[in-house]
Amino acid sequence: MSSIGQDAVQGRRARKRPADQAFRGITTGAGVLILVVLAGVAAFLLIEAWPAFVAPAEEIPGEGGLVLYIWPLVFGTLLAAALALVLAAPLAVLIALFITHYAPRRLAQLLGYVIDLLAAVPSIIYGLWGFTVLAPATLTPTGWLAENLGFIPLFAGPASTTGRTMFTTALVLAVMILPIITAVIREAFLQTPKLYEEAALALGATRLEMIRTAVLPFGGSSILSGSMLGLGRALGETMAVAIVLSASGGITFNLISSGNPATIAANIALEFPESSGVAIDALIASGLVLFAITLVVNMIARAVINRRTDFSGAS
Amino acid sequence: MSTPTKSRPAPPETDPPGDSTRLVRGSLPRRASWGALGAATLVAAVVAALTGFSVTLFVLLVVVLYTAGMYVWSRSAEGRRKAADRAFTSVVTSAFLIALTPLISVVITVISRGAERFDGKFFSYSMRGVVGDGGGAYHAITGTLITSGLATLMSVPIGLATAVYLVEYGRGRLAKSITFFVDVMTGIPSIVAGLFAYALFTLVFGAGTINGFAGAVALSVLMIPIVVRSSEEMIKLVPDDLREAAFALGTPKWKVILRVVLPTAVAGISTGVTLAIARVVGETAPLLIATGTTASTNFNPFSGQMATLSVFSYYEYASPGVPPEPYLARAWTAALTLMLIVMVLNLVARSISLFFAPKTRS
Repeated sequence: MSSIGQDAVQGRRARKRPADQAFRGITTGAGVLILVVLAGVAAFLLIEAWPAFVAPAEEIPGEGGLVLYIWPLVFGTLLAAALALVLAAPLAVLIALFITHYAPRRLAQLLGYVIDLLAAVPSIIYGLWGFTVLAPATLTPTGWLAENLGFIPLFAGPASTTGRTMFTTALVLAVMILPIITAVIREAFLQTPKLYEEAALALGATRLEMIRTAVLPFGGSSILSGSMLGLGRALGETMAVAIVLSASGGITFNLISSGNPATIAANIALEFPESSGVAIDALIASGLVLFAITLVVNMIARAVINRRTDFSGAS
Repeated sequence: MSTPTKSRPAPPETDPPGDSTRLVRGSLPRRASWGALGAATLVAAVVAALTGFSVTLFVLLVVVLYTAGMYVWSRSAEGRRKAADRAFTSVVTSAFLIALTPLISVVITVISRGAERFDGKFFSYSMRGVVGDGGGAYHAITGTLITSGLATLMSVPIGLATAVYLVEYGRGRLAKSITFFVDVMTGIPSIVAGLFAYALFTLVFGAGTINGFAGAVALSVLMIPIVVRSSEEMIKLVPDDLREAAFALGTPKWKVILRVVLPTAVAGISTGVTLAIARVVGETAPLLIATGTTASTNFNPFSGQMATLSVFSYYEYASPGVPPEPYLARAWTAALTLMLIVMVLNLVARSISLFFAPKTRS
């Protein structure tokens, strides 16, 4: 952006000012420090988790070895996050459309602020709400599901009597990631060139057809990247899951019974304060796995976003 | 619909209204959607009353009946395309309203339950020696201020310097990889940041070292990428003309950045920093692991565990005494306090960008 000053100085072979050199060094150092921190996160987790990798299987909690300890947690994490995403992503697209193309303009800006604000509400609040309000409210629907749709493995039941099920957890996570996904998609939809939209309307398209022919082709990839960001958040969400989900371990697709798989993050939060020795190392090892999973998800999301910015430069 | 004779199409101006010559498509009356909504509500109310009233069933019925009814009516009068458009409008609007319900419910629940203990005692007493009723979150509020404050002190210089590097100096592979990994860092789960701080302090200061500073380190890991991203955007917005004018006067580059670029962008940067603080101030998981909790006030972030609002709220909920009511009341009030802090920070951020942004003339 501002290479002019640099070029001018170098072109005339002006004396190198020590203050300039120092300033450049400091800012570069800060950038490198971030890379070091990120490498440090991986390295320190690896060092602290190492005893769990080499420990005999009997010393790991559950006495079945590290893989058997972490695998159900990975399953629970993926299941909860995927369900939340399936629930939240379509809604987020519709909400983003409402805010950008249906709501009156003044209301739309206000709604944008509200969405941003909701994305900042601490997760513990969603957790307390899910436990106190949502869990009891799911009892009737899950009971009905278990009775009438029990032949589907997801709703095999018997329905939990506390409501602290995987079903409720996924709902809470969906509510939490909804503002995040919506914010990303809204941003992209807002950038649809007005010319495209007006051209579509001038050709006689209805609003739905305008959205299909102008808005979605332009902002469509943001649905993917927003969903990936939301997925990353849902995978790493700790407190809401720890409070809402009554986990008993094991692997099951049954969403509404009282036996639910735990998630990595919630398991760490619940077990860590009471653990010691190899148990802590095993928890850190599970944290390392979570780190790896979210890293992959975020890298894919960023790759999609970057590809889109390359494209949109042309329009 | 009367059918005019095919041989003699009447000129439109002599046509009485309602006599369709199909020169224009029919359209629904202007208040059609309100009428349909009313009808749908009426039918839904009757059905809901007959089957035993349930709010969820009632709302779902209204939505489905209204959407289907409008589609059929519009399709018969206006054609397939208009009908699809109307149905989609109804779907989008109801999706928005449905999504709003839980979010409103969250706010109402926190306010109504948190109001019970939202009193002077809550903000002036700690939990030292308190069993059952009474006590407060003074120790947790100071802890939250100390950990978030330390995290801000660490994150802002590093984040700002990185942003300056990326915009003013960064070329080539190093800058590209920093940008990429800052993005990746935004997605680190908060609990992993807590584990990192725990592992770091265990290795450096010995096993089981958890204190306020470790929590601040964990929060910094979460906060730095947010600060970098927002500051970078703001510094990029500073017009090149300003830089060139300063260079033309013979100003060294470091001085241009410190005296011209950063002061111009300071409003946007402050907004970004405030929003970043709002993001980390409510974090629970990393503090649970790296900072722990205690019942007394601890002002020293370098020694001993420290209570914070979010962790305080969690433990009051997770391990209440007997009877549990006073503990749960404190948990909700702590949650309400957190939410108020987050909202105030957001409002402050908005007003900074509103009032202090450089005036742009176009």
